Amino acid sequence: MTYIAKPKFHHPGLKKNDLGYTHRDYEGKISTLCAGCGHDSITASIIEACFELSIEPHRVAKISGIGCSSKTPDYFLGNSHGFNSVHGRMPSVLTGANLANRDLIYLGVSGDGDSASIGFGQFAHSIRRGVNMTYIVENNGVYGLTKGQFSATADRGSKSKKGVTNTDNAIDLVAIALQLGATFVARSFSGDKTQLVPLIAAAIRHKGASFIDVISPCIAFNNHAGSTKSFDYVREHNDAVNRLDVLVGRDPIAVDYAPGTVQVVEQHDGSKIALRKIDADYDPHDRLGAQTFLARHAAKGQIVTGLLYVDPDAEDLHAHLNTVETPLNTLEADTLCPGSAVLDRINASLR
Amino acid sequence: MSDKKPISSVNDFVVRFANVNGSGSASANEMFARAILRHGVPVSPRNIFPSNIQGLPTWYEVRVTEAGHLGARGGVDMMVAMNPQTWDKDVAGIEPGGYLFYDSTKPMPSTKFRDDITVIGVPLTAITNSTYTDPRQRQLFKNIIYLGALSALLDMDPKLIEQLIGEQYKGKEKLLSSNVHALHLGRDWALQNLKCPIGLQVKKSDKVGDRIFIEGNSAAALGAVYGGATVCAWYPITPSSSVAEAFTAHCKKYRHDPETGKAKYAIVQGEDELASIGIVIGASWNGARAFTATSGPGISLMTEFIGLSYFAEIPAVIMNIQRAGPSTGMPTRTQQCDIIACAYASHGDTKHVLLFPEDPAEAFEFAAAAFDLAERLQTTIFLMLDLDIGMNHRLCRPLKWDDARQYDRGKVMTAEMLEEGRDFGRYLDVDGDGIPYRTYPGTHPTKGSYFTRGTSRDRYARYSEEGTVYADNMQRLVRKFETAQDLVPRPLQANAERPTKYGVIYFGSTSPAMDEAIGLLEARGHQLDRLRIRAFPFHSSVASFLAEHDFVYVVEQNRDSQLRQLVVNENGIDPVRLVPIVHYDGTPITARFIAKAIGDHQDQLKVTPLRKAVS
Repeated sequence: MTYIAKPKFHHPGLKKNDLGYTHRDYEGKISTLCAGCGHDSITASIIEACFELSIEPHRVAKISGIGCSSKTPDYFLGNSHGFNSVHGRMPSVLTGANLANRDLIYLGVSGDGDSASIGFGQFAHSIRRGVNMTYIVENNGVYGLTKGQFSATADRGSKSKKGVTNTDNAIDLVAIALQLGATFVARSFSGDKTQLVPLIAAAIRHKGASFIDVISPCIAFNNHAGSTKSFDYVREHNDAVNRLDVLVGRDPIAVDYAPGTVQVVEQHDGSKIALRKIDADYDPHDRLGAQTFLARHAAKGQIVTGLLYVDPDAEDLHAHLNTVETPLNTLEADTLCPGSAVLDRINASLR
Repeated sequence: MSDKKPISSVNDFVVRFANVNGSGSASANEMFARAILRHGVPVSPRNIFPSNIQGLPTWYEVRVTEAGHLGARGGVDMMVAMNPQTWDKDVAGIEPGGYLFYDSTKPMPSTKFRDDITVIGVPLTAITNSTYTDPRQRQLFKNIIYLGALSALLDMDPKLIEQLIGEQYKGKEKLLSSNVHALHLGRDWALQNLKCPIGLQVKKSDKVGDRIFIEGNSAAALGAVYGGATVCAWYPITPSSSVAEAFTAHCKKYRHDPETGKAKYAIVQGEDELASIGIVIGASWNGARAFTATSGPGISLMTEFIGLSYFAEIPAVIMNIQRAGPSTGMPTRTQQCDIIACAYASHGDTKHVLLFPEDPAEAFEFAAAAFDLAERLQTTIFLMLDLDIGMNHRLCRPLKWDDARQYDRGKVMTAEMLEEGRDFGRYLDVDGDGIPYRTYPGTHPTKGSYFTRGTSRDRYARYSEEGTVYADNMQRLVRKFETAQDLVPRPLQANAERPTKYGVIYFGSTSPAMDEAIGLLEARGHQLDRLRIRAFPFHSSVASFLAEHDFVYVVEQNRDSQLRQLVVNENGIDPVRLVPIVHYDGTPITARFIAKAIGDHQDQLKVTPLRKAVS
């Protein structure tokens, strides 16, 4: 239960990051999700990524919509402000929060119902605007909290737990994000922490709209034969284009896979992403190529994962709006109010 | 030719221009109104326009009123009939003894006129075509030519119009001189060919004083600039779009860092009203002053978020420029029809603060105050304008600002306060006024963070479905709303000369018509005390006013007498004593309408004493 506080004590030998924080400092309340839920693995990956990046926990704002996925911000970064807003409206709330204070890190957590159905428009427009955020969709293809209805990301032909076949076409949020101009687009799998943790870390360091679609099997309603979002199905059809490390002036995050060709991408803030390519032909700087690649593999029933596209020199909404460097929420009357002398001139011009 | 004596009136008449929209007439018509103001004579102009860009009828009505009656009057003394589509209706609408001004280039059959009006023909097209060859010039200068002819007919000082043209085209010499030339083309033709002046005349006066001439939407947007709004998110909808557009224009002038050129504001045109209010709530949650401007349909879409603002206690300012509903209704016509929709917006038990400015000056003041109130009360504040105030130029007192004024950022717990060990409970009523402290995200590494949610929670923002915990929170919200009563603008009362059992309640754009109606009613022998409500929740003086009078008329511009419903509901009084006076055809309410409706009711109430009747 969320009102149960986790015990504060921890092993004295717990690893500390550059700021002297341990993992425990990035945790939140005890999860109320079903045991084995993919979302809890994503929560663990977010904690790991923030720990590795040595982010001050309170400098993150966690914003979500409604649904199982949107409950998770309560389960990580307990010293951050969180906002469990309205169904499908995380992107607008996050956009507003970001406009108010450009200095915080914005983590948007959403689900497939939240982002592909009720909030499809908000998802699209926040990406279009280039809001500086990490937008994670915990995608299980099903409405969990209301017990098992199909969502808009459920594949056509997949079966619900009750045996109903989905006849509607699926929305691929990654394909849409690419089309809408997201400057960091990735897909991963909740069960693949080695791929997911550095993706989240790189997305957080990216200045612009970062989108990660994380396939996250629903243990209660979408982990059966006939589902295309089950652990078994995703493991069998996962086609990773690359693995990556994030280098932020320190040792790369340890990853446990065979090295292939390595391409280093330097992001705007100086952090580096070391991409170990698995598919030698894949170029993550080619938006059009990424779209084609994705479509080709989707036709074969393969789920492409990894960093699909990144524009290291992306601009964000604040750059588009040419806003001051000082967070808007700190400005007071002395800088915001033109004063009575100006008002007298305005009055004079209105006579 | 007239059966009736032509109307003779100095500085007190109504001129209506009938045009086709998209013909460039608006600026010439506005110049006509401004020119009369420059004579020191108050005017009250109104645009009557279709929900369309080009080709449909549009009217611009100017009430010339030395007495300063700024409400709509009703009736037309002079019709400038420039639109053949609406000719018949326009001619029929002229008061007996009135004047018809038209383009006489093509002959019109006599059946198209009336015998009881003065017909003034000026061959505008002929004059224009013999002077200009470019079609666009012909269209635009035709408007200035009729302005010139009118100046002669109404005995206006051409120097004052030239001065206005000079100000408008400052630095654009070619446009300036060609406009002045067109003005004199029309004026000279009229002076040489017509009997000038006619019975309607403008004489210099000194009744304008230091008043300014501004649209309510622009004034509200300026109030947002002065009130410290830094985030504006909006979605285009008539009649509110000009709020965001004016805010953009004001910010470009007054909100850029002089050294870096960077903007001290962020304006986002949302993809819809849901996104607009979401952005406002996200920004306010994060400590910025944020607002949106919309109209009825937008309010309907925003209601889920408005409930979140109420329950999670997040400041928000919504400017609602009301138009005639329901549904798409009449998008370019005025009403005060969203009172209930805003007061109780969203599902569950909710109540919201509404502010009712009467004119642009109050729109400016209340807009700035709305941001203080939103942060003090941590909830949504509605600024309830309407199309009549918002989209028309209105003469009002100059805008004022006290440079010593600081923004009231409300109860915000800082890192220092948290460090001192102050107990932080996001929904804890520490002061007994129902208002808890909040923290901005990112305030302190280990203290003061909380999880904002639309679900119920305890005083320390911990999720809870306990009935007692929920009820405790709902009761605190009631206390907070009671606190709001004393923070919002109070009603203004004006008593009749003699003590009376009758009162009238009104609000917003009804104000000028009501003031004028009082004079008309007094002339009929009716004495009424007046209470202008300026905000909801109602101050205790509203209940006192109701208690002091036997009958109270509630004058408003909607069908269902929505403010009356609110007064009855919130004060628990006998509805029989509140008499609805409603005007809802989409045109602005007039003094004539109010005086007739109240006067007739008063006449009915007058019971002749029995003895007198028998004797």
